[in-house]
Amino acid sequence: MNRATLNLWVGIFVVGGFIALLFLAFKVGNFSSGNLGEAYGVSAHFDNIGGLKAGAPVKSSGVLVGRVVAIQFDTKKYDALVTMRLDKRIPFSSDTIASVLTSGILGEQYVGLESGGEPEMLKDGGEVTHTQGAVVLEKLIGQFFLSKSQEPAEVSK
Amino acid sequence: MLNKLRRELESTGSLSLDLISGIGAVFVFLILTLRYSGTSFQRFSLTIREIFYSGVLSLIIILVSGLFVGMVLGLQGYETLQTYGSSESVGVLVALSLTRELGPVVSALLFASRAGSAITAEIGLMKATEQLSAMEMMAINPIARVVGPRFWGGVISMPILTAMFIGTGVLGGYIIAVLLIGVDSGAFWSQMNAAVDVSHDVFNGLLKSFVFGLAICSIATYQGYSAAPTAEGVSGATTRTVVSSSLAVLALDLVLTAFMLKG
Repeated sequence: MNRATLNLWVGIFVVGGFIALLFLAFKVGNFSSGNLGEAYGVSAHFDNIGGLKAGAPVKSSGVLVGRVVAIQFDTKKYDALVTMRLDKRIPFSSDTIASVLTSGILGEQYVGLESGGEPEMLKDGGEVTHTQGAVVLEKLIGQFFLSKSQEPAEVSK
Repeated sequence: MLNKLRRELESTGSLSLDLISGIGAVFVFLILTLRYSGTSFQRFSLTIREIFYSGVLSLIIILVSGLFVGMVLGLQGYETLQTYGSSESVGVLVALSLTRELGPVVSALLFASRAGSAITAEIGLMKATEQLSAMEMMAINPIARVVGPRFWGGVISMPILTAMFIGTGVLGGYIIAVLLIGVDSGAFWSQMNAAVDVSHDVFNGLLKSFVFGLAICSIATYQGYSAAPTAEGVSGATTRTVVSSSLAVLALDLVLTAFMLKG
């Protein structure tokens, strides 16, 4: 086989490989949402983060606006300190509420942000003060049984 | 009795030593290949020729196997997921199992038996017909001229073949799940898109296949170069290439997976 045909076939092979890689990166995977571009960091204290992990999405109204960067244990307040990076183009007010939510019943956990009404915006390195931790199933069931056990007592009065 | 036990222990010992010295010899040969691989890049046309023989000629088996593996995954995944009412997740199942495990491993096993054995047989026959000795007589280093291009040709081909395998596999799953069974096309792609992480799944899979390529090509070239220069020796070396590189791929896969899941 002469060299030109050989080169042609190898060229087709390599280009095919690149097409497959692009297909995997953009159609199969989520290359665009993996990196946020310009971002600013904010932190938040949660009493309970449930199963939240670093790299988990940060969403507002269901739209991806950032990612959880790090989760540490704060030894001063004895709660969880979650650091997030948010898209620079999406500013949030300083009285934003952050809560740990679950997508679906058994889905992954994420941080949900709800912007407040303050005119002042969160800055890079700022802190979200209004937070709500993850719902613990055992506590929820406990509360349910507690309210159930109190109900008939009220009726009998 | 004691003598028999002693003989058993001796044979176990010699087997272990053989195994360890075999792994060591492959590594020494790999370092030797890397040291003399300048020629493979200075005269890149030599490597291009080997990419053609290892890569392009393996395309048919890789693409067809990828398509069928993806189709079977789609069918089996749909059957199981249907009972939980989440048949749309079949895309996630197909894509994740292909990118993380099946793509790199199955294409490496196919590559070992399709291209690795060919490399061993070619180098072994060159040795048996004294072509390698003839090169040495002409002051041409056979490792630089014969082994290097074959090694790099295989190492370059392996991740490309794996990417194509995964790509056709996902398309095979799409054909079965969406076109034939009728799973919603939008949910199929969007759930897959949300679940597959490019750096964690796709690039780790391709990194795996690169390591497998290194292992297969160093074993194949070593077996060919160290084959006994007879017809029997070459056939034995070819068999050993397929067996030991398949085992190496599976063992390396466990180690790499353990590291990648931790990170």
